[in-house]
Amino acid sequence: MNDVLDVALRLAVVFVVFLVAPLLVGQTEHKVMAHMQGRLGPMYAGGFHGWAQLVADGVKFAQKEDVVPAAADRRVFQLAPAVALLPYLLVLAVIPLGPGDGAVGQVVDAGIFFVLAVMGIGVLGSLMAGWASANKFSLLGGLRTAAQLLSYELPMLLAAASVAMAAGTVSLTGILDAFAWWWLPWQIVGALVFFVAGLAELQRPPFDMPVADSEIIFGAYTEYTGLRFALFLLAEYAGIVILCALTTVLFLGGWHGPFGADGLGWLWTLLKTALLAFVVIWLRVSYPRLREDQLQKLAWTTLVPLALAQIALTGIVKVAIN
Amino acid sequence: MLHTAPPLLTTAAGDHPGFLSPSGVEIAFLLVGLVTLGAAVITVTTRQLVHAALWLVVALGGLAVEYLLLTAEFIAWVQVLIYVGSIVVLLLFGLMLTRAPIGRSPDADSGNRWVALGVALASAAALVWVVVDAFRTTWIDLDGPAQGSTAVTGAFLFRNWVLPFEALSVLLLAALVGAIVLSRKRDTDTSTGRDTSTGRDTSTSTRTGATRRSGPTGTPGKEEQR
Repeated sequence: MNDVLDVALRLAVVFVVFLVAPLLVGQTEHKVMAHMQGRLGPMYAGGFHGWAQLVADGVKFAQKEDVVPAAADRRVFQLAPAVALLPYLLVLAVIPLGPGDGAVGQVVDAGIFFVLAVMGIGVLGSLMAGWASANKFSLLGGLRTAAQLLSYELPMLLAAASVAMAAGTVSLTGILDAFAWWWLPWQIVGALVFFVAGLAELQRPPFDMPVADSEIIFGAYTEYTGLRFALFLLAEYAGIVILCALTTVLFLGGWHGPFGADGLGWLWTLLKTALLAFVVIWLRVSYPRLREDQLQKLAWTTLVPLALAQIALTGIVKVAIN
Repeated sequence: MLHTAPPLLTTAAGDHPGFLSPSGVEIAFLLVGLVTLGAAVITVTTRQLVHAALWLVVALGGLAVEYLLLTAEFIAWVQVLIYVGSIVVLLLFGLMLTRAPIGRSPDADSGNRWVALGVALASAAALVWVVVDAFRTTWIDLDGPAQGSTAVTGAFLFRNWVLPFEALSVLLLAALVGAIVLSRKRDTDTSTGRDTSTGRDTSTSTRTGATRRSGPTGTPGKEEQR
């Protein structure tokens, strides 16, 4: 009975985090973007800096009519948002927040593989949406999503493989246990590659070619309304949380910190994740959108060689210190 | 070859519980297997091209669950990563680039279907026979520590099966070189042709391929779009 309670409690916590963290990132994005662009944004709803605007947006989405285009493939169209969102929920369950087995939803032996594999499924949602909408803009968006995923999956995997080599394990908790501060300069190239490739996989600016609103309206999500559209948005912000948490765990040492790693380890994880999420937002307001050929070129001629070089470096250092 | 099933993966015959008192895991294994089989059959029989690809996702995912139930965790995630995450995305990408109509495609059928059925049955029979013959007296103990964990799989792969592994990587390398050769050849062809017309941007072969064919042919729509 105790085990059941334990599992239920962990799942509940993961679920709550899954519901709250993306909204926090979304609200931060509103505010940070507003300040960076020298404007206020909504300031009155709820009182303090318009915090209730997010709630109002949610209510608005829930009220809207859920339209399925007549020519669309009904079932695939309706299923797509769930396929896009659920993988992130699964991934969140295996990310260790603090030291030990107590601070992770579920310890998975092949953690890195699980995380990367399940994150890859989320893109299927965009593809399904793009195809099932019976809209040429949606289809173009879906195509671009697929092309982007195919080119950025490789550097992301290679960068993650580098960390796994360094730690000698593919378990996320095991990697954190093996972490030492000098991994930071050692794996910095891999970290950059991983983060950039992850951004591209999430289709965040400057890699938002698949949803480029000035060209193809909103890509695969053009035909979506109401709650289903909100689910896609939620998937994007959940993706940011996951990517930042993963980068933190793999490359920035997770719960390791200059002090207080035993009791306050989870705070370090959250702090690093929040900082990275801020960088994601920062990049959105700073960089223009990459063109499709620039996107492909960046992946194949920059990120893949860099990731391979990182793997070679990891191997050499690993052999040297043994 | 398969007779060299390792002692660390399995326990000897005699102490296994038999087929008439199935455990929960075994029942789940059977049910997932049925779902996988059903999805696979729909994949090859449906007339809707993209639906076939999506049912393939279900079939491959079901297979990953089967691996999980056999405690081969690493294999399961690799299955999801490679097949669902990459192969199916590639498949969908190809479908969308060329032709992905919504609704049935009456011509999505092949005269070879009986031959295909024969080949499928023959290969299935061969596989089942090999597996049954190789593992009939062995029994995986699911209650103990995970026996398909990453460490075990890695040690097994790189101690017992290094040679096939390396042979496979040479095969993949050959395929890679072949792909590069093919794409380069086409690239020089198109660049001489396109230099006169547009005069720029022929450097990336993926782009020339994509932008040319994702025109009206790729648009989904009614049947007459074909």
